[in-house]
Amino acid sequence: MELYELGLHDLQDIINREEVTVQEIIESTFKRIRAVDDKVKAFITLDEENALKKATDLSHKDSRKGTIAGLPFALKDVFCTRGLRTTCASRMLENYVPIYDATAVSRLNAEQGILIGKTNMDEFAMGSSTELSAFFPTRNPWDLGRVPGGSSGGCAAAVAAGEVPVALGSDTGGSIRQPASFCGVVGFKPSYSRVSRWGVVAYTSSMDQAGVIARKVEDCALVMNIIAGHDPLDATSADVEVPDYTTFLTPEIRGMKIGYPTECFKQQVDAEVKNLILAALKKYEELGAIIEEVSLPQGEYALPAYYILGPAEASANLACYDGVRFGLRDYEADNVLDMYCNSRSAGFGDEVKRRIILGTHVLSSGYYENYYLKAMKVRRLIKNDFDQVFKNFDLIITPTTPTTAFKLGEELGDSLTLYGNDIFTVPANMAGLPAISIPCGFSDGLPVGMQIIGQAFDEGRVLKAAYAFEQNTTYHKQKPSLGGEQR
Amino acid sequence: MNEDYEVVIGLEVHAELKTNSKIFCSCSTAFGAEPNTQICPGCAGFPGMLPVLNHRVVEIAIMAGLALNCEIAEICRFDRKNYFYPDLPRAYQISQLDLPICQNGYLEIDIDGKKKRIGITRAHMEEDAGKLVHQGNITSTPFSLVDLNRSGMPLLEIVSEPDMRSAQEARAYMEKLRSILLFAGVSNCKMEEGSLRCDANVSVRPRGQKELGVRSEIKNLNSFRALEKAVEYEARRHIEAIEDGEKLIQETRTWDEEKQITLSMRSKEEAEDYRYFPDPNLPPIKIDHKWVEKIKATLTELPDQAQQRLMEEYGLPPYDAAILTLTPEFLAYFDNCLSHYHDAKTVSNWMMGELSKHLNQNNMEINDCKIQPEALARMLSLIDEGTISGKMAKSVFEEMFASGKEPDLIIKEKGMVQISDASTLLKVIDEIIGANPGVVEDYRNGKEKAFGFFVGQVMKATRGQANPAIVNKLLKDRLKGD
Repeated sequence: MELYELGLHDLQDIINREEVTVQEIIESTFKRIRAVDDKVKAFITLDEENALKKATDLSHKDSRKGTIAGLPFALKDVFCTRGLRTTCASRMLENYVPIYDATAVSRLNAEQGILIGKTNMDEFAMGSSTELSAFFPTRNPWDLGRVPGGSSGGCAAAVAAGEVPVALGSDTGGSIRQPASFCGVVGFKPSYSRVSRWGVVAYTSSMDQAGVIARKVEDCALVMNIIAGHDPLDATSADVEVPDYTTFLTPEIRGMKIGYPTECFKQQVDAEVKNLILAALKKYEELGAIIEEVSLPQGEYALPAYYILGPAEASANLACYDGVRFGLRDYEADNVLDMYCNSRSAGFGDEVKRRIILGTHVLSSGYYENYYLKAMKVRRLIKNDFDQVFKNFDLIITPTTPTTAFKLGEELGDSLTLYGNDIFTVPANMAGLPAISIPCGFSDGLPVGMQIIGQAFDEGRVLKAAYAFEQNTTYHKQKPSLGGEQR
Repeated sequence: MNEDYEVVIGLEVHAELKTNSKIFCSCSTAFGAEPNTQICPGCAGFPGMLPVLNHRVVEIAIMAGLALNCEIAEICRFDRKNYFYPDLPRAYQISQLDLPICQNGYLEIDIDGKKKRIGITRAHMEEDAGKLVHQGNITSTPFSLVDLNRSGMPLLEIVSEPDMRSAQEARAYMEKLRSILLFAGVSNCKMEEGSLRCDANVSVRPRGQKELGVRSEIKNLNSFRALEKAVEYEARRHIEAIEDGEKLIQETRTWDEEKQITLSMRSKEEAEDYRYFPDPNLPPIKIDHKWVEKIKATLTELPDQAQQRLMEEYGLPPYDAAILTLTPEFLAYFDNCLSHYHDAKTVSNWMMGELSKHLNQNNMEINDCKIQPEALARMLSLIDEGTISGKMAKSVFEEMFASGKEPDLIIKEKGMVQISDASTLLKVIDEIIGANPGVVEDYRNGKEKAFGFFVGQVMKATRGQANPAIVNKLLKDRLKGD
């Protein structure tokens, strides 16, 4: 097995056994990136020099004190990194170099993880295909003619292509789970407020949540142990005790009650995807879980409500990009209004503009009550639905997405179809629940993901169920060929 | 003002709350620092930054609310007020819309000896914006500079009911509000530094009409005087327009201090839609009843209570009591003086007279005054003891004010001791009478005013050191004629 195929846990073992040095791991990481990233295009910025320097610093056993000492990770380019440009895949921030590290990043650094680079995404995390990056699209390692999903598509593609074992992504309506599903990797979105949002560039503050993309469930648990927990810099950050997530990683799930919402299969779901989910449920039954149908009747309103609340908050969150203090600015403008208009016109892509306009509209006087306020009420009803189900069930399983990865350009310019990708993932964000996507099979050679949703702050049980499935299946062991052949 | 019309005024006052750090970050709130030296990525609105509420601000806002007889909300919330301006880093201001921290309060003003209650609709917490600095002429400079030191300073916006009916009432409200906030210790209320700012809503209606007239909101009122003048001007402008049959429009206007007029800024149609919505970065604040009670217990004497005390304990007239309680420092000075001197009215007269005059002339606050309250008390005792006359006291006071020296020392240095010895004074009196036979004649023929001439002459001759009571008595005796 090649070094690049190993997860965090395996790498840690061979470092400890001194079969390999940290330098060798980091060098091999960049070697792998050089070999495949021309095709995959997962990274916007690489931090090779710093990474190699850190690797040298960690060459001696005594210097390795952290829980992920010397292990490589990547970050979606939405996480602010001190001294390393943070673009959000936008022209607006093309040359923006923060003077601070996001809390999640500081915590990984404190545990001596080694940042490899910043990955591509849909601009400001708005999109489901990573085609909406202002710089270039990222490709799906399983089929370079297809999208990796989004908005954390760079993370998922990099992990799937063996460029890094783990990456931090952010998930507002499915932006970790959907690309994980498309790329055949594990994507974990913790409960809202579980991981600090401080230093994560905001899209929808009430739903944005940092999480992990990895090839293995155990690597998610390992990283969650580091990044989860209260942060005094984030007023919404939950002050709820963080358990050692690795203790949940046992394949024993007998008696676990899992519900699957009947409404899911009334939606336009690809037949093969549906079959694979049903097969997965059967597998859980074999493992001793109790599977029953449940109902989430308000689910169908989740998507429209999400596409009101998300843009509404975004319209305010993205107002700070005015060209005054940082970011792209039109220096030729004659007056301040022109400076605003020209800077924002040039700095934002079409989808970002679309959502700003949408968000501005739904908050406007005369529309607020019918759109924003109503969507907030829908949000409450969706949460009530979940509360009802979780009275009797431990977990809920759905497909992660209705289809497998689509072709590049296929859904561009068709916003509604694109938004439809989020139909199964959005409800967990609306209700602030932890949810994971894990590989559950292949359709026509493309990975299919299964979503497991848990109760708020019950991340452990979600990871446990995911781990049990993973240990009893082999889907996660399959690797994309990256032959370079486009279908 | 035309008596057929009634002026209706409501005020929106922004008071900067007295904290060491800003409302949503830990930057300093000190006034007057070099531009952009008291900022961080948070209050400069950088990507990924989040606000964390300074709980001291909530505490102070509750304190202010209690001092203004407000109901304190059990749950309040922050909202985003969206608008673009280069001094507003996030391009939204974090404020409070429908769940403000304080509501339904009031304060009492004193107008011509009558008390009037002015309602306070609400008081809410919000952050201040930075400010633009223009180099040279605002119209010709090619750029503006942005100073964000003020960005994120904690403010309390206090909105009154439209309960005021004259510029005088508006000013009285503002003065009373200031003294309440000062007594409660919640704000420094320095209008010249911008820590107390005021916008006035003014409308006019025919007396007896119920509906309000068309309203103007006047901004840029940076002093009590500006407030009074602007309201007067605006009310007059409205009445004239109505009389002339012109149609008034709802608009925002600014006060031009130089020309003493208001100028239109924008009409209602041009008003911005702020698209308020709850700020998802800040969870709602739950305010425990016990917390409020605890804060209430720390509230010290407020102006109304202090006035009551001055009137009841010392028998001071309401006017004196009102002036002495304008600021807690002024009142403390009075109280300190009185612990060294027996007569409240005399202290009050000196504080409202000489002391205030000198402070105003020198643009000073009572805290800058070099005369210690004990020293003023001592000077008053010296008058009572007959060591100096009231007139001499004024020049002693002047010297005390300028140098801070003790009154005894000044008297000694200048040899300013009062002459009460009859034989010394008679010598002077006799000389003056001898030199002015004509005036003596006038006096004896019933011209009472001539008496004053002689007193003046004696004072002049003794360089003001003559004891006036004794001079009066001796003069009367001598002028009676032999």
